[in-house]
Amino acid sequence: MTDKELKEKSVEYRKKILKYIVGANAGHTGGSLSCTDILNVLYNDVLNVSPDDFGSPDRDRYIQSKGHCVEALFVVLADKGFFPETDLETLCKYKSHYIGHPTKKVHGVEQNTGALGHGLPIAAGVALAAKMDKKAYRVFTMLGDGELPEGSNWEAALTASHYKLDNLCAMIDNNKLQITGTNAEVCNTDPLDAKFESFGWAVKQVDGHDIKALREAFASMPFEPGKPNLIIAHTIKGKGISFMENSVKWHHGVPNHEQYETAITELEVAMANI
Amino acid sequence: MGAVTENTSANAKPNQDVFAATLLKLAEADKNIIAVTSDSRGSGKLVAFGQQLPDQIVEIGIAEQNLVGVAAGLASAGKKTFAVSPACFLTARALEQIKNDVCYSDNPVRLIGISAGVSYGALGTTHHSLHDFAVLRAINNITIVVPADNFETEQAVKLAAQSTKPVYLRFGKKPMQLLTEDASIGFEFGKGRVVKKGSDVAIIANGETVYPALLAAQKLEESGISATVVSMHTIKPLDVTLIAQLATETKAIITVEEHMINGGLGEACASYLLQNGYKKPFKIMGIPDEYTVTGSQVEILNHYGISADGIAAEAIKILSGN
Repeated sequence: MTDKELKEKSVEYRKKILKYIVGANAGHTGGSLSCTDILNVLYNDVLNVSPDDFGSPDRDRYIQSKGHCVEALFVVLADKGFFPETDLETLCKYKSHYIGHPTKKVHGVEQNTGALGHGLPIAAGVALAAKMDKKAYRVFTMLGDGELPEGSNWEAALTASHYKLDNLCAMIDNNKLQITGTNAEVCNTDPLDAKFESFGWAVKQVDGHDIKALREAFASMPFEPGKPNLIIAHTIKGKGISFMENSVKWHHGVPNHEQYETAITELEVAMANI
Repeated sequence: MGAVTENTSANAKPNQDVFAATLLKLAEADKNIIAVTSDSRGSGKLVAFGQQLPDQIVEIGIAEQNLVGVAAGLASAGKKTFAVSPACFLTARALEQIKNDVCYSDNPVRLIGISAGVSYGALGTTHHSLHDFAVLRAINNITIVVPADNFETEQAVKLAAQSTKPVYLRFGKKPMQLLTEDASIGFEFGKGRVVKKGSDVAIIANGETVYPALLAAQKLEESGISATVVSMHTIKPLDVTLIAQLATETKAIITVEEHMINGGLGEACASYLLQNGYKKPFKIMGIPDEYTVTGSQVEILNHYGISADGIAAEAIKILSGN
């Protein structure tokens, strides 16, 4: 797929994310929009997963640690054919498996997540199993920057380094906002690159909305043989919608009808400009 | 059955020693078995395992949340994973990982709580696990097993290795006598073992409290009281068929556990009995909801009446209607 095609996909994904969040009257809008491009590149350019062969022991694994941004994941999985997109009309409805966090009841989801600080330890375990079994598959996990104060992340960061898990890649959706305010105001985690490097990781920083840069970063794994990989993806919360960008209130804000129409119009303009 | 004495025979080993020996044997034959430890291979008796099967042990360091998360990841990738850590830390500090990464995500980790209950005695409340039955009972998709003796331990470890679902096994440090030589009394998860039959009172115990319950039953016989003693090693799923049978066939029920009385074996039995119309004299023996007395394991248990004498006295009391 070309960069242009991927960019078009990102716009389509964002439109669908908003559509289903509005339909559910619930969702984590800002964070789903900030991580859209990362998931787009991951599923369309990196992971060797498919709906027909999802049980393969050799598949790459993706575990979404920031489980609350499940709307972005669901939209991408539907696009990849894991389930009919119309299933998402049941998002957050009574007895639907399409709830506000990833669950394995949904085809294509590797692990049930939602509580923060859980993705990296599990991913480290899977990556360790791959090493033990001398398998070539790789393990990816996406963390929100707001979940980094969870101590379990740093415990797992030590393990990943200790066991030289260069088949593991963590992506931080670094949109710099969380529900209360900026990361810096809530719990300053900067400098992330130096912290992870001191834990023995190889770190790359990219513009998390630059398709080409994301592709190049993933393609260069392992960044350094013997070290776990970290991509710090600098992103914008609410990316693509002018009135949502960099605004905390869209952490889990749901657009009303008028806002939704405005947002879709902005995305259509963006599509035309690709 | 032969007479059971309070003297510990040379053959009696701590259940956690038997766990480690059994796991080593299983792992030698199955390279897919992995032990995961949190600087706990010494207390988990896994030093020999680490020396003989270095590729099958994963050392995490003192980080129990990560221990369970990594174990879940290993299990999801097909490893038969045993996560071994003192029960006090494993089931408190890592409870969210147990709830979500193991049980909710259905990754079949075998959680091994060692030095459980008040095994650590005078090390105090930080090192006691008197909450683990209660918290784990409240989590869906986990089997909770507390073997009483070396036989039950060996069987439980073998069954856990075969399990495709999450399992919690809880072991202590005290050398444990065999409860019975009767080979016809088998072991399976979810089926209590009747290690002594009687008609007046049923004593339902688990883990290291079954043995003093058995001694209590012998003392009671001297007083003309006939007691059934059950090793209710599996708390979840609970053997309610056996509990119903005991409620029908005996005059009173006593439960005994090395756990706080809140939320443990006793309350599980009480819940079943009350909701199914059994109205029998009933007593839960365990650690009360208070600042736990200090002392060695045996001193703490004796203090709360979890001893042959204490259990026998409770039986006499309940049968006399007091």
